[in-house]
Amino acid sequence: MNTTIPSRSVPRAQRGGLAYLLRAEWTKFRTVRGWVLAVVVAALATVLLGLLTASGSHSSCPEGPCPSPPVGPGGEAVNDRFYFVHQPLAGDGSITARLTSMTGIITYPPPDHDEIVPGLVPWAKAGIIVKQSTEQGSAYAAVMLTGKHGVRMQNNFTHDTAGRPGGVSAASPRWLRLTRSGDTLTGYESTDGKQWTKVGTARLAGLSATVRVGLFVNSPGDLTVERVGLGGSTGQVRFTQTTAVFDQVSLHSKAAGGAWSRVEVGDGPGMTDWERFHRPNGLEQSGGTLTVTGTGDIGPLGAEGGQSIERTLGGAFAGLIVVIVVAVLFITAEYRRGLIRTTLLAGPRRGRVLAAKAIVIGTVTFVAGLAAAGVAVPICTRILRSNGNYILPVTLLTELRVIVGTAALLAVAAVFALALGALFRRSVAAVVTAIVVIVVPYILATTSILPLGAAQWLLRLTPAAAFAIQQSIPEYPQVISHYAPQMGYYPLAPWAGFAVLCGYTALALGSAVFLLRRRDA
Amino acid sequence: MRPELHAEWTKLRTVAGAGRLLLAVVALTVAVSAAAAATVTCPSARCNYDAAKLSLMGIQVSQAIVAILAVLAISGEYSTGMIRTTLTAMPRRATVLAAKAAILTGLTLAAGTIAVLASVLAGRLILPGNGFTPAHGYPPLSLADAPTLRAAAGSVLYLVLIALLSLGIAAAVRDSAAAIGAVLGVLYLLPIIGSMISDPDWQRLLWKISPMNAGLAVQATTDLTDLPLSPWAGLGVLAAWAAAALFIGGQLLRLRDA
Repeated sequence: MNTTIPSRSVPRAQRGGLAYLLRAEWTKFRTVRGWVLAVVVAALATVLLGLLTASGSHSSCPEGPCPSPPVGPGGEAVNDRFYFVHQPLAGDGSITARLTSMTGIITYPPPDHDEIVPGLVPWAKAGIIVKQSTEQGSAYAAVMLTGKHGVRMQNNFTHDTAGRPGGVSAASPRWLRLTRSGDTLTGYESTDGKQWTKVGTARLAGLSATVRVGLFVNSPGDLTVERVGLGGSTGQVRFTQTTAVFDQVSLHSKAAGGAWSRVEVGDGPGMTDWERFHRPNGLEQSGGTLTVTGTGDIGPLGAEGGQSIERTLGGAFAGLIVVIVVAVLFITAEYRRGLIRTTLLAGPRRGRVLAAKAIVIGTVTFVAGLAAAGVAVPICTRILRSNGNYILPVTLLTELRVIVGTAALLAVAAVFALALGALFRRSVAAVVTAIVVIVVPYILATTSILPLGAAQWLLRLTPAAAFAIQQSIPEYPQVISHYAPQMGYYPLAPWAGFAVLCGYTALALGSAVFLLRRRDA
Repeated sequence: MRPELHAEWTKLRTVAGAGRLLLAVVALTVAVSAAAAATVTCPSARCNYDAAKLSLMGIQVSQAIVAILAVLAISGEYSTGMIRTTLTAMPRRATVLAAKAAILTGLTLAAGTIAVLASVLAGRLILPGNGFTPAHGYPPLSLADAPTLRAAAGSVLYLVLIALLSLGIAAAVRDSAAAIGAVLGVLYLLPIIGSMISDPDWQRLLWKISPMNAGLAVQATTDLTDLPLSPWAGLGVLAAWAAAALFIGGQLLRLRDA
C-alpha cells in the first residue's frame, strides 16, 4: 500500500516559510469578493466624502475674492503687521538701540470685558529689525523685548531664540544690537551698553545687498476662547497696542545717518476707536528719543487663518471603519468556517501565520489608503480653493507626510483590528473594540464638551493619538493660539502620535501570537 | 405574538453573552460619566457647562455595547444557522423581528434606566466637589428638575432607539461584523464629517440628520436656543432612523431566503 501523498507542488523545505504563507494568505484575501470590494469601497468612500465636504465648503468676501495672507520665506502663511521706523542699510553694518520703556493697552479683557486696561500681552514685541524690504512676508531677523518672555531673537517668522528674561524700566533699560555680516545676522543684548551678550544668530539666505534696518513695535491681539453649543468653541481676538521708547539709537554702516522713514507694514483698512481718538500707531521723535507705537504680530499664521489640507481627509474615518471590519473578518471568518484548522495544519508555525496575515492586510490597506489619500488631498484642495477658501500652504514634504501617514494609519489600524480578531476570535467584539478605542476618543476629544486638558490626554493615551500624523500646521510656542484638538492641533508630535498606535498594535499582535500558540484552534 | 416573544426571550436569556453585555452597558455608562464629571471643573459662575449632559457622557460610549447586543440578537442566528430553525418554527417573519425588538426594548430599558440613574447619582455626588455649586449657578442634579428629568429619561430612550436601529441594520446586513461596522459608521461618521466641514449651514444640516448628534440633543439642559433642533425633535430624528432601519430590515427579512 502506498501511503505517500503524490504530487506536491511546493517542496517540503518551503512549506511553512513566510513566502509560502504570504502567498496562501494573499490567495485567501483576493478570492473573497466581498473583502476586495470592501477595500475598494473604503478607498472610494474616503475620496467621495472628501469631495462632498470640499464642495460644501464655500467662503466669500464682500468685495470680490478674499485677500490671501502673506507667505513667509519658509513657504508658510504668516502674520506680518508692525510699525516700522526704518532706513536703508547697504552691505554689512549694525544697529544698536536702548529701550527705556515698554507700555501698552489691552481692550476689554476678561473677566468682565467692559474696560480698556493698561498692560502688555505676553508676546508684545519692541526692538530692532533687519528686513529684506517693507513688503509683508519678506525675510527678516530681529532682536526684541517681549511683554512677558524677556529678550528674544526671532527670524523668518518661525524661528525663536530666548535671551535673558525680565522687563524694562527707566531705571533698568535694555540695550539691543543686531549686526549684519553677509547673510549672517547676530543679535546681542546688554544692560549697560558695554557688556554685550550674544542672543543668537540667523542665516538669511539670499538677503539682498541693501536691506531695511530700524525699530519696530507690535502687539498681537488678546485671545480668549469660549465654548459654544454643539461642542465647538470660538476664539475672540481683541485689539491691543504697544508703545516703546528708544534712545541712543546708532547705526554703523558705510552710508549711515539718513532720516528715518516710517511705515505701518500690513496696515488693515479700518481703524479702532482707540487709534482714532486716543493714540494712533506711529512715531514721535524728540531729539534722540523715538517713541514708537504699533499693533499686530510677526509670526506664523495658525490653523484659524484658513483651511488645512488634512481637512480634506475626513472621509478617511469611513475608510477606517470599513478596513477594520475587513481586517477582523480576515481572521474571524477562519474560525467561523473552521478553516483555521486547515490553515494551522498547513502552516504549523502559528506566529508566522499571523505575521503573514498582518503583512497581507497591512499592505492591501496601505495601498488602498495611499491611492485614496493621494487622490483626495490634491483634488479636494483644488475644489476648496475654487470655492473661495484659503488653503494654508505647506511644504511638499508635509503634504507627503499627511498622505502617506493617512495610508500608514489605515494599515496599522487594520493590523490592530486583525490582532484583536485573533485575540477575541469573535468578529463583533473585535470590530467594536477597534472602533471604540480608535474612533470614539477622537470624537470625544474634538466634538464633545470635555475640557481641553482631558481631550489632550485622550489623544495622548489612546490609539486615536495616531491622527496626529495628519496635522499639517505645527504649534508654535511663540504664538498664542487656540491649540485644541478641534482646531487640528494634537498634543503629540505627528510621528510620536503614530507610534502610540504602533505600540498598541505591537502589544495586541504579540498577545495574539502568544494565545494562538497556546490555545486549541 | 406570545409564542414568538417567549421563544426570543428564551434565546436571549440562555445565550452567555447577553447578561454580560447588559452589565457592561451599566458599568461603562457609569464609569465614563463619572470620569467625565471628575475631569471637568467649574472655577467661577461663568463656566457655562451643561451639568446634566456632562454627567450622562458615558452614553456616548455605552451605546456601542447596546449596538453589539442588538446586532448579536439577529446576526448571531445567521452565523450559526439558527435562523432557519427560527423561521421554520415561526413562519411570520415580521412578527419574529417585532418580538426581537420588543425583548431588546425591555432589556435596554432596564439596563439603561439603572445606568442613567447611577450616572446622575454619580454626577450629583462628584460635581459639587469640582465647583458645580449653587453659588456658581449649579444646584445639585435632581430628577425633580424638569430638564434634568427629560435628559435622564431621554438618555434611556436614546439607548432603546439605538438598539432598535442596530437591530434593523443587522436584519438587513445579516453578517455580524459588517452590521456592527455599519451601525457604528452611521453613529460616529456623521459627527466627524460635520466637524470637518467649514460651512455652518452644512454643519447644522449634518447635525440635524446625524442620529447621534440629534438624538443626544435630548440630554441638553442649557443653551437650548443654540441647538438646531429641540431636544425631543432631536430624539425624533433618531426614532425616524430606527423606524426606517426596522422597516427595511423587516422587508428584507420577509423577501430574502434565510
